[in-house]
Amino acid sequence: MSKTEVDPATGEQTTGHEWNGIKELDNPVPRGVLIFVVVTHVFAILWWFLMPAFPLGWTYTRGLLGIDQRATVEQAISANQAERASWTSAIETSSFDQIQADESLMAVVKDTGPQLFGDNCGACHGFDASGRSNYPDLTDGDWLWGDGSAEAVAETMRVGINTSHPESRFAQMPAFGRDGMLASADVRTVARYVYSLSHPEFSTEENLESIAQGESLFAENCSGCHGAAALGDAETGTPNLTDAYWLYGGELDQIIESVHGGRAGHMPTWDERLTPVERKVLALYVHSLGGTTP
Amino acid sequence: MAGSLTGEERRTCLLILGVLALCALGIAVPGRWDPIGVHGLMVVLLCAGAAGYLLLRLNVPEPSPEELSGYYDAPIKVGVGLTMAWAIFGMFVGVWVAAQLAWPDLTFHQAWSSFGRLRPAHTTGVIFGFGGNALITTSYHVVQRTSRAPLADRVSPWFVLFGFNLFCLLAVTGYAMGLTQSKEYAEPEWYADIWLVIVWVTYFVLFLRTLARRKEPHIYVANWYYLAFIVVVAILHIVNNLAVPITLASAKSYTVWPGVQDAMVQWWYGHNAVAFFLTAGFLAMMYYYLPKRADRPIFSYRLSILSFWGITFFYMWAGSHHLHYTALPHWVQTLGMSFSVMLLVPSWASAGNALMTMRGAWHKLRDDATLRFMVVAAVFYGLSTFEGSFMAIRAVNSLSHYTDWTVGHVHAGALGWVALITFGSLYTLVPSVWKRQSMYSNALVELHFWLALSGTLIYIFAMWNSGVIQGLMWRTYTENNALAYSFVDSLVAMYPYYIARTVGGFLFLLGAIVGSINIWLTVRRSPASQAAPGVYDRPHDLDPTPNAAE
Ligand code: HEC
Ligand code: HEC
Ligand code: HEM
Repeated sequence: MSKTEVDPATGEQTTGHEWNGIKELDNPVPRGVLIFVVVTHVFAILWWFLMPAFPLGWTYTRGLLGIDQRATVEQAISANQAERASWTSAIETSSFDQIQADESLMAVVKDTGPQLFGDNCGACHGFDASGRSNYPDLTDGDWLWGDGSAEAVAETMRVGINTSHPESRFAQMPAFGRDGMLASADVRTVARYVYSLSHPEFSTEENLESIAQGESLFAENCSGCHGAAALGDAETGTPNLTDAYWLYGGELDQIIESVHGGRAGHMPTWDERLTPVERKVLALYVHSLGGTTP
Repeated sequence: MAGSLTGEERRTCLLILGVLALCALGIAVPGRWDPIGVHGLMVVLLCAGAAGYLLLRLNVPEPSPEELSGYYDAPIKVGVGLTMAWAIFGMFVGVWVAAQLAWPDLTFHQAWSSFGRLRPAHTTGVIFGFGGNALITTSYHVVQRTSRAPLADRVSPWFVLFGFNLFCLLAVTGYAMGLTQSKEYAEPEWYADIWLVIVWVTYFVLFLRTLARRKEPHIYVANWYYLAFIVVVAILHIVNNLAVPITLASAKSYTVWPGVQDAMVQWWYGHNAVAFFLTAGFLAMMYYYLPKRADRPIFSYRLSILSFWGITFFYMWAGSHHLHYTALPHWVQTLGMSFSVMLLVPSWASAGNALMTMRGAWHKLRDDATLRFMVVAAVFYGLSTFEGSFMAIRAVNSLSHYTDWTVGHVHAGALGWVALITFGSLYTLVPSVWKRQSMYSNALVELHFWLALSGTLIYIFAMWNSGVIQGLMWRTYTENNALAYSFVDSLVAMYPYYIARTVGGFLFLLGAIVGSINIWLTVRRSPASQAAPGVYDRPHDLDPTPNAAE
């Protein structure tokens, strides 16, 4: 049945099999392939002797080199920690003032701060920390909490704002309109007053009367938190309503929105997610962005 | 379609559709408050549509005895159409998800179009839809021709083809509704998985029965590979998808595999899906259509044997290279790595066997883009298997893992190897099955080749660059032993490469569209082949064959 023949193009013998016109040559496996088989197998067998390789019931062959991935990782981590200890221990034990006075430690802050900020904070505050709608700008020198000192920033990071941390900072602006504390006309009126504080040009002749009404509504409802002059209070995280810095927007309809629906921004707590050293570095880094000089 | 079946076969089809519709109803009614109910209803409607089609054609004349004893090519013709339709769908979604990675707003705020749902729609669309249909279609062609026997019966080829496409449809529509088992390349839920088992076992039996009827003394290499593909995919699919549904009226299920064992089973499955779905079956195509087109004998039968058994044996142990540096015990990783290195030999032997087959036919590459598709595919096969073995080395993997390098590697294989060998095979198969002189336009084949090749190269160079940059950025430390870059820095660095990848993918998609148009025009417009039906166009027992005459 099968008849071997010689392939005219190469002069090589076929196997004599044929399938729908396809034939096969009877060439041996090229020597290069066999060498390749030997090399890879020798490598594999050698590797099995050197490394953990085969199961033995409840245990396994450990390999002559005694390498174990878990141990390797642990060693790498502690080696890295040992090297970092040159600056981590100094940062851990020094006060903020001491660190700020130490140029080499501040160089570390500038070197590692941006990555920590990028990995943990940038998604909300923007990667250059300049904030965006609903997330405060950390570079503008206008602070909701404290004076923007490294200590104040570190504390905000530790406990967070409106979180479940037992010492969390709380900043909740009531929903005056939605919860029926003010009629919607009054919400508008008080908002117009608030708007006029940062927009003097709004206090035109025809607006003066309603602004005055708003002022008295403010005194009754708002001054307890925002202060009589609406200057806010950095102890309680109540924003200053007279300046150009707005968390939720300073346009009239945005202010109406704030008063109608209330506000309570959520800043996570980093107490457990970052180490004290990392929080210190971050606090110093945020502080160094120039946020203390308005 | 119906005209190729006898009256009795048409009634058998109706019976099967009835049983399937009843089962689907049994799911649709109790599951009406769950996505599974939507799927049940969908199947009932599809069965009703198919039954209606058949009922309207019950009186269409039956095929002649002459036709009944010849090769059964009707399912192949439908399979070619399905292959190209899934190619366009899958690759379009691929371009879409690629664009989403550069411009995330391209979800248009719909749940179904979020990245997490579209990405599996892409992978299922191209791997199972495009690749799977190409495999089933060409296997029907190759097994008949190389066995000189028609398919063993005329109902089960349709059952397998449409049943498999139903599985793909359930998968893709399921993702849109948020259904997933969260196992990569095995996302469809339990009921779709059970359905695929039924379809696949039928496929296996059909293939074996056809081989058993063969008129050739030996089984051709291509059929070894198709058989390995069918058998191993069945095993992989069943083991990896063992799961317990929370109730029979819900699509949700939980896998039976716990913890790290689940991860190991998943990547044993995942890697062998690459091996037996995306490699073995396509090697089968290569072993048939490349020598056919080049008109050259296979370089070495013995090399074929060595590579076949090498590939089937070594791949099985290599899956753990997907889990280097994880909770998986170190010794399992060592085995995965060392078997991956040994695997390179049979892989290169297959690619080499294909390229050596070209001796005496290299000059044909200049004018024959179809042959060029297949030869370049063999080169990409060699390239991506070398890359794979390299990436399986733990130290290399510590750089490449989790990066776009993997995606680049996948696409050197998926575009360069799987898709190119498929297009080359289809351009050989289509004129032969439709009995046309040639493809409608060789210029369009040529255009498709260059679009596909440039798209592939742009894609993989973009991903190699972005992957290596990512990997390096993640492991670069400052002098203070702190990470030099935040994760977002690495994302920003990816942006230009994600745009380049989108462009490369778009070119590839364009090529697939050009190919589909060309196939359509070949079927509709190409002049019929003038040559008398070749001796090999008919099964052995109908023909006085030259072998017998000699
Ligand atoms: C219980 C204390 C409290 C009272 C009463 C209160 N506020 Fe506030 N208000 C806050 C706090 C705290 C915030 C900051 C919320 C945050 O940080 O998310 C705030 C925020 C705001 C803002 C948004 C500031 C910005 O930067 O976008 C406006 C506007 C405002 N308050 C107006 C008012 C007005 C008008 C009233 C009276 C009708 C009022 N608040 C009453 C505590 C109060
Ligand atoms: C999930 C979003 C989110 C992330 C992440 C986040 N913050 Fe905040 N942060 C906020 C919001 C919202 C506020 C304002 C809270 C309020 O309305 O009172 C805030 C407030 C602050 C404040 C107080 C600003 C002031 O004016 O007093 C500081 C300081 C701050 N964040 C620092 C950080 C740092 C450092 C990180 C990274 C470790 C960080 N934040 C991560 C959302 C976030
Ligand atoms: C038009 C051409 C194509 C484009 C633009 C494209 C694009 C993509 C994209 C964007 C991803 C997701 C990558 C990520 O998660 O970061 C992906 C994944 C994938 N694609 Fe494609 N693709 C194309 C064609 C194909 C083809 C033809 C196949 C196979 C036949 C394929 C197989 C895969 C596989 C297996 C993955 C998963 C990779 C992994 O697990 O990491 N693709 N593709």
